Amino acid sequence: MFESLSERLGGVFDRLRGRGALSEADVRAAMREVRVALLEADVALPVVRSFIDSVTEQAVGGQVLKSVTPGQQVVKIVHDALVNMLGADASELELDVTPPAVIMMVGLQGSGKTTTTAKIAKRLTERGRKKVLMASLDVNRPAAQEQLAVLGTQIDVATLPIVQGQQPVDIARRALQAAKLQGYDVLMLDTAGRLHVDQALMEEMKAVATVAQPAETLLVVDALTGQDAVNVAQSFSEQVSLTGIVLTRMDGDARGGAALSMRAVTGKPIKFAGTGEKLDGLEPFQPSRVAGRILGMGDVVSLVERAAESIKIEDAEALARKMAKGLFDMNDLRGQLQQMQRMGGLGALASMLPGVKQVKQAMASGAADDKVLVRMDAIISSMTPKERTKPELLNAKRKIRVAKGSGTTVQDVNKLLKMHQEMANAMKKIRKMGGIKGLGALLGAKGGLGGMLGGLGGGMGGGGMPQMPSGGGGLPGLPGGGNAPFNMPPGFDKFLKK
Amino acid sequence: MNDTVPWRDRLLGGFKRTSEKLGENLTGLFTKATLDADTLDEIEEALIASDLGPSTAARVRERLEGERFERGLDVMAVREIVAQEIAKILAPVAIPLEVIAFPRPQVILVIGVNGSGKTTTIAKLAHLLTEQDYQVMLVAGDTFRAAAIGQLKVWADRVGVPIIMGKEGGDAAGLVFEGVKKGTEIGTDVLIVDTAGRLQNKAGLMDELAKIRRVLGRLNPEAPHNVVLVLDATTGQNALNQIEIFKEMAGVTGLVMTKLDGTARGGVLVAAAEKFGLPIHAIGIGETIDDLRPFDPQEVARAIAGVAPLKERTA
Repeated sequence: MFESLSERLGGVFDRLRGRGALSEADVRAAMREVRVALLEADVALPVVRSFIDSVTEQAVGGQVLKSVTPGQQVVKIVHDALVNMLGADASELELDVTPPAVIMMVGLQGSGKTTTTAKIAKRLTERGRKKVLMASLDVNRPAAQEQLAVLGTQIDVATLPIVQGQQPVDIARRALQAAKLQGYDVLMLDTAGRLHVDQALMEEMKAVATVAQPAETLLVVDALTGQDAVNVAQSFSEQVSLTGIVLTRMDGDARGGAALSMRAVTGKPIKFAGTGEKLDGLEPFQPSRVAGRILGMGDVVSLVERAAESIKIEDAEALARKMAKGLFDMNDLRGQLQQMQRMGGLGALASMLPGVKQVKQAMASGAADDKVLVRMDAIISSMTPKERTKPELLNAKRKIRVAKGSGTTVQDVNKLLKMHQEMANAMKKIRKMGGIKGLGALLGAKGGLGGMLGGLGGGMGGGGMPQMPSGGGGLPGLPGGGNAPFNMPPGFDKFLKK
Repeated sequence: MNDTVPWRDRLLGGFKRTSEKLGENLTGLFTKATLDADTLDEIEEALIASDLGPSTAARVRERLEGERFERGLDVMAVREIVAQEIAKILAPVAIPLEVIAFPRPQVILVIGVNGSGKTTTIAKLAHLLTEQDYQVMLVAGDTFRAAAIGQLKVWADRVGVPIIMGKEGGDAAGLVFEGVKKGTEIGTDVLIVDTAGRLQNKAGLMDELAKIRRVLGRLNPEAPHNVVLVLDATTGQNALNQIEIFKEMAGVTGLVMTKLDGTARGGVLVAAAEKFGLPIHAIGIGETIDDLRPFDPQEVARAIAGVAPLKERTA
């Protein structure tokens, strides 16, 4: 019952793809399943209805059913419709007004407004080089204003001094005045959480909007929201003119539902997704990637980006140099493993990659967890520096010592050695294929990411990153495999099936 | 502003909106005399749309399937069946939170995802128990969120109960240990422990919760006597994931649902009751201190289904 939306849809699609011919009844039956899957994922009913209607209409059209691969066609139609529903392009904040540009945050209680306010402020300060002032208009919840002040100190963004007992509209006026006088680029107003049925508070919100004339009014919505999302979105957009949506708690396990409904109901773009409690847990919302993730096609682009963020340039360069010589020792393997951990561990990686079912299942069944990486690290730690640079030194006696030292068995040590051997071989192959320069070309072309993973021909990704001076490099720690979209490192599966 | 409106009206007012919505959904369906498969599908869908959850919706559908030939069902008859079904599911889980621990104190650990309303619920609960003449003490165990400690402190002062506080960013488990020690020393009746909000799929944070639980049990093997999961009424089917994982990791013993003064709610409680059978202790229906009320299954069920008597009373 708790299988994710993507798994549900994946099952439906697999059945569709597996068939040579499709009748209209087949398509309609599949659409029924899609409908239930969407409803279980908390996509709002009206949105589901119109989605299913439009998709069915296209999918039962004569051309689809007569085509050679009708199943594939239907999947494509659903995919396109999903992307369409989420909005095609990512949209940024529009702050090109006479400063200060006011951003007003609205939403229900507990949707995550205050944290999101701080996250956006941090982003604008660091990436947009804006001078930001934050002000909390929340006079209802105890310590709400203090919360924003504390967050302000954490991220080094100014907050409006608190004046006890002042009412929201007056605070807004004072904040605007302060922002103008002190030359701030952006003023962020964090309003109190309110229920959309609370007319008094809605009036207050309107009054604040009249005073502040916000350039952006962002509705903050919890991604865990159920069917009520529609009511919330409708009521808020009736009261103030929203310019965008921020979805919070996208790092929860309820992906999809609210995200799919929001854009359809309000007609406003989802501008950001909150992905964690830390104050840098905010990502621009990329509709096509989310659609891909929902449909189980993975999110390779996000993965590459995360890899680029978590890779240390020096490490990558060092590895690239070694690889150029065709060398790959245990230290390098360890570096790769640590890399995987820095990127969020196996689970996070698996969730972003297409078609890694066996890993996901192994993780779910508890056969594999991030401890696998820790154990492999322990094995390498138990080797002497000499053994690490020359693994062939490891004879039976040494292996026993290593196994004891790391609390594993000789079999585990052997598996690791085998994996290393295969990876080293792959490295050599890559070198013959034209070395890291060739890889760099693949990575350099942004559209060719899928090609990059496939193009590695079953080998390990090289150790570089796009910003590298040599312009070379692949995706450390991430092997690409032939036709399969993704394979774990050779021999890795043996670690999983314990 | 809320003082003039009795809580019951506020609750029913809220539920009325739900039931009107459900009513609208259903009214549209029953202009036809017979119930064909399409209509049944739509009933099922309408129930799902009210956040009732697929399995509950399926059960109601089955009932309707069985009865369709005997009599032509109008909207009210359908509502009656829906109400009966819901009440049947909810009745066994309506169990209030009682202070029975011996030796004292009874330790109540309050957990939930971020923003579900834990801190406010603790304040309301402290108020409720204080009114019942129990001595209450709070532990500000949310050392993570900025100003969470301050928020609980303000509530503690308002309610007039002592509070154990540590430093922001400090070790929650250590603080909780100290809380139990102090509570036992002064012989307080109830010790309510706040925790930082956490999403149920964050393994590290869930481990921390398990640790807090272990630490609690070190001074008093019985503690925590209650592990209360606070659910946000606006949450959809994910509430079921939350219950499942929190139950597994932290041994949830009961539920409190907050924010029932919005629009669509209650629905997922029905699904939760059916799936987990965990006691539902109370519901939160507003922002003021006395807005935490016992969970009355009949009332909630009839309000959700929009059966006539409730409509008259709320009118």
